Amino acid sequence: MSEMETPIARVRGLGSAREGAGHWWQERQTSLGAFLLYLWLLVSLVRLAPFDQRVVADWLRDPFAAVPMLLLVWVTFRHLRDGLQVAVEDYVHDEGNKFFVLLLLNLFAVAAGALAAFAVLKIALGPPAA
Amino acid sequence: MHRNPDRPLSPHLTVWKWGPHMAVSILHRITGGALATVGALVLVWGLLAAAGPPDAWATFTKWATSWLGILVGIGLSWAFFQHSLSGLRHLVLDIGAGFELRTNKLWANATLAGAVLLTAAFWALVWGLAK
Repeated sequence: MSEMETPIARVRGLGSAREGAGHWWQERQTSLGAFLLYLWLLVSLVRLAPFDQRVVADWLRDPFAAVPMLLLVWVTFRHLRDGLQVAVEDYVHDEGNKFFVLLLLNLFAVAAGALAAFAVLKIALGPPAA
Repeated sequence: MHRNPDRPLSPHLTVWKWGPHMAVSILHRITGGALATVGALVLVWGLLAAAGPPDAWATFTKWATSWLGILVGIGLSWAFFQHSLSGLRHLVLDIGAGFELRTNKLWANATLAGAVLLTAAFWALVWGLAK
């Protein structure tokens, strides 16, 4: 039955990377999200100076700082992964190497993002500094 | 790749006259790559240090305020402003606007100048806060 399909019918809607525009759109959305959240972070950091550890920790215990910070961590590592993936796909041509580099990239993004999110949660949910 | 050698190649990158739009395009990638690696590591390190014992935070702030830390900080802040302005320009280009030659060149140059100005303004602010 598959021979009944024309080659164009098999690839239509799949895009060059077999996934359509989903990745592209995700990258645009996270770019705008990251831009807004980093503006918030810059303003917040300027107001926190000088950076005493207790001042930073007290600030991150406020839900209205901890939640944007968690969103910032998520959007950072999502956008970073999507962006570097495009660079890898452009410059790494060998399929085997590409597979391996993209695997490493995913592991790095998930591991570093999880570490950063855990640090935020540890401060936000931890006891106030004595 | 199956290429018919009788057919002409499309002009290679090196034959084009170098313009601001090309510089901004490759800078977007370079600054993005720097932010995604060095920037991400600094973010993770800073958050882990803030969540850790006092000596972990002291180590982080000691590095961050050393001449090497400030140099990396200046580089990362410039990369952030360049990537942000260039990214906003890309969002405008994505909706199909700003491709006229003069407009395109103007906004490409504007991201270059804007990033340098914002970096200078940011560090003037930091220097003012540190005093």
